[in-house]
Amino acid sequence: MSDTIKLQYTVSTDDFTRAGEASGDVKRKLKKMGSAPEVVRKVAIAMYEGEINMVIHANGGTIDVEITPEEILMVLQDSGPGIADVEKAMQAGYSTAPDRVRALGFGAGMGLPNMKQYSDEMEIETTIGVGTKVTMKVFQT
Amino acid sequence: MNEKFFTSVNLDADLCKGCINCIKRCPTQAIRVRNGKAEITNEFCIDCGECIRICPHHAKLPSYDKLEVLKDYEYTVALPAPALYGQFNNLDDVNIVLTALKRVGFDDVYEVSGAAELVSELSREYVHNHPELHPIISTACPSVTRLIRVRFPNLIEHLLPIKPPVELAAELARERAVKKTGLPPEKIGIIFLSPCPSKVTAMKSPLGTEKSNIDAVCAIKDIYTRLLPEMKAVADDPEELRISGKIGISWGTSGGEASGLLVENYLAADGIENVIRVLEDLEDEKLDNLEFIELNSCNGGCVGGVLTVENPYLAMVKLKRLRKYMTVAKSHVEGVVAEEDAYWTEEVTYEPVFKLGTDMKDSIARMARVEELCEHFPGLDCGSCGAPTCKALAEDIVRGKAREHDCIHVLKKYIHHLSDEFSKLDGE
Ligand SMILES: Nc1ncnc2c1ncn2[C@@H]1O[C@H](COP(=O)(O)OP(=O)(O)OP(=O)(O)O)[C@@H](O)[C@H]1O
Ligand code: SF4
Ligand code: SF4
Ligand SMILES: [Mg+2]
Repeated sequence: MSDTIKLQYTVSTDDFTRAGEASGDVKRKLKKMGSAPEVVRKVAIAMYEGEINMVIHANGGTIDVEITPEEILMVLQDSGPGIADVEKAMQAGYSTAPDRVRALGFGAGMGLPNMKQYSDEMEIETTIGVGTKVTMKVFQT
Repeated sequence: MNEKFFTSVNLDADLCKGCINCIKRCPTQAIRVRNGKAEITNEFCIDCGECIRICPHHAKLPSYDKLEVLKDYEYTVALPAPALYGQFNNLDDVNIVLTALKRVGFDDVYEVSGAAELVSELSREYVHNHPELHPIISTACPSVTRLIRVRFPNLIEHLLPIKPPVELAAELARERAVKKTGLPPEKIGIIFLSPCPSKVTAMKSPLGTEKSNIDAVCAIKDIYTRLLPEMKAVADDPEELRISGKIGISWGTSGGEASGLLVENYLAADGIENVIRVLEDLEDEKLDNLEFIELNSCNGGCVGGVLTVENPYLAMVKLKRLRKYMTVAKSHVEGVVAEEDAYWTEEVTYEPVFKLGTDMKDSIARMARVEELCEHFPGLDCGSCGAPTCKALAEDIVRGKAREHDCIHVLKKYIHHLSDEFSKLDGE
């Protein structure tokens, strides 16, 4: 039997009601696997923020998750507009969210900073007009 | 006798038809139909009563004490839940109910809503003094506390560590009865008139306290019919027995506890599915700036409990009318209860009952197997196997509690395969 579990999720465009389905599923699975509560919390928060960014800023995409006894690896890939200035985007409070999204309570510019804070490793690869790939890792211990 | 996992919902196997209605409704997927009968896994059950509500054959039975239990004690005190007052038409004085309770056979009464006012006062202070633990989550509904204990480990630190009103009422009532009668405490029966079986579990297997002070839990619906004639008899001249006002009575309905805290930023959710949604969001830190969260497993709050008579929404209206001319509160902490006696004495700890394997490696292997099995199953969640979803069956299989062929669709395929093989043999 393998000690890696691989999961894939499709994040659909502009559907706020479904945003959070992927991170919710991973959260429930981690609890069933007996991950430490703090680990579950970190993954749930970091992944939800990434998922919602894909919906708001990038017309959806795919999320691949790999879980091993050592770590949780999350790869969030979209073919959205890309991020022009990653350093700026990472600043707390920076947001380009349109008004209709802000009306729903998003757009505080806290997503990426939270992802950075709650993951143990994070990397962003992005190309304007091509898309964005966010890779995050959370260690099990 | 504090069993860690106890459920106050039982099955009448003779009545159960194995129709699978309940397995779909259970919020924790605690029920399976095996060999044609429903079975509850105690570890998963939170006593929400949903299966009692849905069962068309009345095969799910809440356990509680019969009123005959009064005979077991020399002196008895009734602890009416505020939800009781919402059961009667045109009730304008709680004293009528309380006096009638004494005529039904109780020696004294102690309103749970009186103790609720004490809990409100203490909670106000706790919420104010612990901004680092905001939002504080109410612990008055035992089903909610039990749910958090098994499914939301990250939220345990937010639980309000104050005894629920009924527990505090039981302690104070016993103290008062001992003083009044001089009897030894064990000769006194403290009997809660409850809206739900969840409180039966809270009595037998309490969280936060080592042992409950409640001796028996009777159903509001049982006392209801006994009370009606007695209430008529005392309506014109009831005794003055009330010890609560608006704040205490409000605890009977959703939002009542929270409003008694006099804080601005609170949320009150009722109905177990809504409760779960709030807890999921809270765990993901999607809810900002809340000081307090009140959660009730039943629709409408305690008035929606399965041991009540009246439609919960009508009971809400009745309680509202009853409250209208009351003073804000009648019971106060000062001189009545020492603060430290009102707090939990036992820690509530995470019970990972839903864990699949013995360790992480084992769990991952089993989870991988669950995913693999789910690919095999048709994904209809038809319930014919006795599990609520295909995924639940897959988990049962990896836990060693079911087999792949329990899925009738897999079985059908297998039979087809066999008959193909036979016809091949025939042809040879
Ligand atoms: N996947 C993405 N594709 C394109 N742009 C993105 C993506 N993720 C983030 N951004 C850009 O980075 C900015 C900051 O993102 P961040 O998640 O921190 O804040 P936000 O989504 O605007 O608001 P909040 O997350 O607080 O609701 C966004 O406003 C957006 O311009
Ligand atoms: S709902 Fe559940 S308990 Fe009631 S008859 Fe059907 S299977 Fe049995
Ligand atoms: S009482 Fe609630 S949790 Fe327990 S088996 Fe019934 S539906 Fe499930
Ligand atoms: Mg964001």
